[in-house]
Amino acid sequence: MKKIAACWLVVIMLLFAGVSSLTAASSPPVVGGTLPDITLPAPKDSVGKNYLDLGFFGFGTFKIPEIKAKVVIIEIFSMYCPYCQREAPNVNELYAKIEQDPALKGKIKIIGIGAGNTSYEVGTFKNKYNVPFPLFADGDYVIHKIVGEVRTPYFIGVKLNPDGTNRVIYSKLGALGGVDDFLSTLIKLSELR
Amino acid sequence: MKRHGRHFLFVLLAGMSLLIFVYAPVSQAAFGLSDAFKNNIYNPGLLKPTDSVLKLKVGDRAPNFALKAVSGETVSLRQYRGKKNVVISFVPAAWTPVCSDQWPGYNIVKDIFDKHDAILLGISVDNIPTLFSWTNQMGNLWFPVLSDFWPHGKVASMYGVLRADGVAERALIVIDKKGIIRYIDVHDINKRPPLEDLVKELEKLK
Repeated sequence: MKKIAACWLVVIMLLFAGVSSLTAASSPPVVGGTLPDITLPAPKDSVGKNYLDLGFFGFGTFKIPEIKAKVVIIEIFSMYCPYCQREAPNVNELYAKIEQDPALKGKIKIIGIGAGNTSYEVGTFKNKYNVPFPLFADGDYVIHKIVGEVRTPYFIGVKLNPDGTNRVIYSKLGALGGVDDFLSTLIKLSELR
Repeated sequence: MKRHGRHFLFVLLAGMSLLIFVYAPVSQAAFGLSDAFKNNIYNPGLLKPTDSVLKLKVGDRAPNFALKAVSGETVSLRQYRGKKNVVISFVPAAWTPVCSDQWPGYNIVKDIFDKHDAILLGISVDNIPTLFSWTNQMGNLWFPVLSDFWPHGKVASMYGVLRADGVAERALIVIDKKGIIRYIDVHDINKRPPLEDLVKELEKLK
């Protein structure tokens, strides 16, 4: 009888573990919290590789805090999302402004994750809008689930600390608004200046 | 001991079915992604992947049809004969998750269609006013959106892609300039067909 009770207990505990981990993933990253674990394939092209400057992690897969930067902006987008299409030139402009500013270049980096998009679809979006920063496919919505199944476009800003920890400083649905305003907000939030 | 084993199996199965029950609605939220549609997307939940019997096959002549477009004109399949390859994209319904995230993608790849001398015809069984409001959220679409509303689903039924509940399947049909069907993909209604599959078929056309 005791054995049966033990079996029940194990199964129920396993169930709750499964369900609670799912519930945890069903909310977007919270400002002040830590970025959930996201594994991405290292870019194969030299432009993407040099930009992220993954060093030792430059082959195989990497995790976002391994990007050499002080702040990483993650855009969750989809090739199929009209707002993401409309937003694409603004995010490109943001990239350009960062790259043109010697105080920011190399410190703030941008990546995009195509929720439900195959590599081909992400590539189509990249070509269509001449996206200069690396985009990653998330064909099976695996990452999309990790970040709480947000609608798109969704922007997450993460501050990477020298001790290897990180802190979410921005987490918001919808367009960036003015690129200059967004950038100064981000600089303020990350205490870069 | 045998009884314990059976008991454990029962508990395990019950646990697994509960897990599936809990997982299903979570994964559903993955669709209807774009913020362009805000909270206006009705989620029908997980549906039977396909629910119709095709009446045509690759190699058959595509039956002609004439349907009213959202723009007001009437578009017939015949008008493209000898001029353009035609891709028909049947979608189940306006304001539903996957459909809302399908045509906006086609909207940015006009160049791919042009390269293969193809036109896209979007067809749904919704009426014109509904299609008007819905497609307005997608920006300016470069391809005609046709209403197969009345007689209800006549064209979808003619092609064998009308489901038992009166909506169309999520189907892609490629018709060449001679009017011959070259590709049919009656896709799982719950999923979006990957763009590369369609492009591969377009590349096969001469």
